[in-house]
Amino acid sequence: MEVAASTEIVESARPLLAVAVALAAAAAILLLHGRDKFRDAVTLCASVVMFLIVASMAPMVLAGGIVEYTMFQILPGADFAFRVDSLGMVFASISSFLWMAAAVYSIGYMRSLEEHAQTRFFACFAVSLAAAVGGAFAANLFTLVIFYEALSLVTYPLVYHHENEESWRGSRIYLVYLAGASKTALLAALALTYYLTGSLDFMPGGLLDGVAASPLLLSVVYLCYLAGFAKAAIMPLHAWLPSAMVAPTPVSALLHAVAVVKMGVFCVLRVIFNVFGVRLMEDMSLGIITAYLVSFTIITASIYALTRDDLKARLAYSTVSQLSYIILGAALLTPGAIVGGIVHIAAHALSKITLFFCAGSIYCASRRKKISQLAGIGRKLPWTMVAFFIGSLGMIGIPPSGGFISKWYLVLGAVEAHEFVFLVVLLVSTILNAAYFLPVTYTAFFEKESTTQDADAPQEIREIPLVAAPLVVTALLSLLMGLYPGYFLTLARGVVG
Amino acid sequence: MMKIPVLSLIIFLPAIGAAILPFLRSDNKVRWVALAFAVADFLLATWLLFNFDTTTYAMQFRETVSWVPSLGISYALGVDGISVLFVFLTALLGWICVLASWRAITRRVAQFMISLLVMQALMLGVFCALDLFLFYFFWEAMLIPMYLIIGVWGGDNRVYAAFKFFLYTLVGSVLFLVGILVLYFHGGETFDILVLMDGDYSFIVQAWVFLAFLVAFAVKVPMVPVHTWLPDAHVEAPTAGSIVLAGVLLKMGAYGFLRFSLPMLPEASQYFALPVLALSVIAIVYGGFLALAQDDLKKLVAYSSVSHMGFVTLGLFALNSRGLEGSILQMFNHGITTGALFLFVGLIYERTHTRRIGDYGGLMKVAPVYGVLLAVFTLSSLAVPGTNAFIGELLILTGAFATNMMIGAIAVTGAVLSAAYLLGMFRKVALGPPVYEKGEAMWDMNGRELVAAIPLAVFVFWVGFYPQPFLDVMHVSVEHLLEQVQGTYR
Repeated sequence: MEVAASTEIVESARPLLAVAVALAAAAAILLLHGRDKFRDAVTLCASVVMFLIVASMAPMVLAGGIVEYTMFQILPGADFAFRVDSLGMVFASISSFLWMAAAVYSIGYMRSLEEHAQTRFFACFAVSLAAAVGGAFAANLFTLVIFYEALSLVTYPLVYHHENEESWRGSRIYLVYLAGASKTALLAALALTYYLTGSLDFMPGGLLDGVAASPLLLSVVYLCYLAGFAKAAIMPLHAWLPSAMVAPTPVSALLHAVAVVKMGVFCVLRVIFNVFGVRLMEDMSLGIITAYLVSFTIITASIYALTRDDLKARLAYSTVSQLSYIILGAALLTPGAIVGGIVHIAAHALSKITLFFCAGSIYCASRRKKISQLAGIGRKLPWTMVAFFIGSLGMIGIPPSGGFISKWYLVLGAVEAHEFVFLVVLLVSTILNAAYFLPVTYTAFFEKESTTQDADAPQEIREIPLVAAPLVVTALLSLLMGLYPGYFLTLARGVVG
Repeated sequence: MMKIPVLSLIIFLPAIGAAILPFLRSDNKVRWVALAFAVADFLLATWLLFNFDTTTYAMQFRETVSWVPSLGISYALGVDGISVLFVFLTALLGWICVLASWRAITRRVAQFMISLLVMQALMLGVFCALDLFLFYFFWEAMLIPMYLIIGVWGGDNRVYAAFKFFLYTLVGSVLFLVGILVLYFHGGETFDILVLMDGDYSFIVQAWVFLAFLVAFAVKVPMVPVHTWLPDAHVEAPTAGSIVLAGVLLKMGAYGFLRFSLPMLPEASQYFALPVLALSVIAIVYGGFLALAQDDLKKLVAYSSVSHMGFVTLGLFALNSRGLEGSILQMFNHGITTGALFLFVGLIYERTHTRRIGDYGGLMKVAPVYGVLLAVFTLSSLAVPGTNAFIGELLILTGAFATNMMIGAIAVTGAVLSAAYLLGMFRKVALGPPVYEKGEAMWDMNGRELVAAIPLAVFVFWVGFYPQPFLDVMHVSVEHLLEQVQGTYR
């Protein structure tokens, strides 16, 4: 975790610019209320510009450099500041890249369903991305938490979007979990950290490393962070994620499979690497405790997923399970496992967004939500269902998908750590993944179509171009990532040092 | 040093305004003149804040005129880094109160504005007084305009509420007076607050005076179990009364702890710190549960005040610099945020004449500007990162953890209640299907209302992102106060 001696630090406002672009886009979207074409053009342009800004920093970070930008001091030891390093770059590049795909997809989705309140939807969507990328580039806990909290709040209108009984219930659970956890556990963790160190900065070797405090207190602080960053959906604080599935599918796809949940995981990784530090985690055996905790989540959530007939619910529980893979990798604290965990941020993002895109595509084309209703649909929606199959490969970890690369490193890391229990966990969960994903494809292609027809369903089930195109792209990318994992591997190795 | 008596000017400007108002014919003229004086006072207070020297803890802008020399009473004024913030807060809320009463008060307008301005003058006097007798004079006199504001312009049950408010505070005041007299006789027969601070009182004297002061200040804060006057007073008071009550009057008790209990009675303060801390966390938790159970908007905000003021006393009696600074900042924040929330409750009450949360819904659709600003103040009240109260709570909890882990842990657990009742309130009032149609009973905020609300929103984010200027103002004074508290142990 030590910073290489040759670390180059560049002072640049680009991280701020990336956040500002999305915020400006949100303002423009609100102003363009009623002029749908211009409004949607703003979303598309903003997503491209944001990605280009993020990408422009990639070469520097890949070479081991760091981009910094300090705006002002909030409290002594806590600035409002940005700092782009390898870990942040993984999260920011995948989020901003997938925003482009999701922008096209959501325009197609929202239009084909003639959804209401589209202006609010796209404005909140843009702010969510600003918050996610801001969090990725945050230089300290204070800045991170501001963006973290903003993300919870601005996604709330997206979750209650339909404004019916079900969505109010779902969004309430969503907000109660996220706000409640951060108001108690996270606030306590921050106050305790500030009390112990007088600072909230991220340190390469861990802010709390070397602090004179009882192990009990430090363990409490650690648990407070784990509970406080409830977006990571470690059991038992996972129930908000299935509840969030009442949102329109583009939200579930980009936010509740990538931006929001990865923000939670990203925060936990920051805590492990830059607040506690690998050495302290090892000395206090916090890593191994975390590993057991998330292993429980991996297995249990997979079993939950197995029992769900609603496609989005199954995907949600799969996300709960897969997020814990990432944390498992970090918690094992060996170089291989860490690389595996971090690469899985990208691998899971690409595969899972494809799967959600497919679920939305099926819904747009046929208004069907349940897996049991999908018999024979593969012939009518071939692009969608093949993409779904490719996404499933990534989740199971079958080559040549990106998921194979991350799982490979996770297995390697578990062996390095001499913790063979986790080998078993990874193996069992792989079998479970296959058990709940492959039947979907099987049903779609090989089962006979049922004759019952929904009343409000379209006459003819066929692909919708604006919806199908992005999912084909993300599906191909999830394969491409397995073939050319260099970019993410380099960044992940940069985190290990 | 300036020869112009700035502090006297700040105090008496609203009083002069109040003296002019009876001679004005139309209600509208009364409103504009009252506003002019309140705004002028605010500008003066802003000038004061900008010209305040933050490098010294010494009292600044001092004025001393001998009043009753034989008894050691003088007209002495001055501000340090703690009181100057409250002078500013009082002057800021002053003109906002005038704006809030613009249409809400239609009966006896001149008398109402007079009460409001006199109230402001007396509150400013409390924060500037450096003579204990003068302080007590302002402190007691404050009760009269407040009694009138609630008792004359209040709701249906106003007489009961006003009387309850008066009785509670009076009991506290009597004990306060006893304490003052004990200090007077043990401190060398003077009312000079700065001299009394240097006095060396035996522990037993300190302890008794501390307890007397505790009752007096606890009623004002208010701390559990002497908080029951607050919801009644708030529910019955007109909007401006609620803003003054929550924004400034509640700070008086905590200011009393800062100005008298801690520096004059350091040993007793340390001795009794733990019980006060315990009462503070009880207030946080109990106030939170009470707020959770309310269906009346004003009661909900009132009980949330009990909970939030629990944080303030928690920070004070953590007796370290983080806790104290957080606590003073939180008082400022609470004035801004809770003042704004009462303003917003008043705004929709004017339109719909109901305060039941269940009677509302979907305001965001009908009145989007109102909805967005209400969201800002609701989030500020629940201390979301990036808003003012988060800085306050973070500092207070940091201080509390340094003093007592258990107390800090209970406080932070109690804090979650605020998320429950505030978010629940916002969802029911602002989201969901609209209950009122546009135009009929509901319309969005007008220019006057925006002028009152926007400055408060600015402070929410200013303190939330850049609290340094505010902390700088108080820093040296707080450090000095800590030396006074801990000096006995050195």
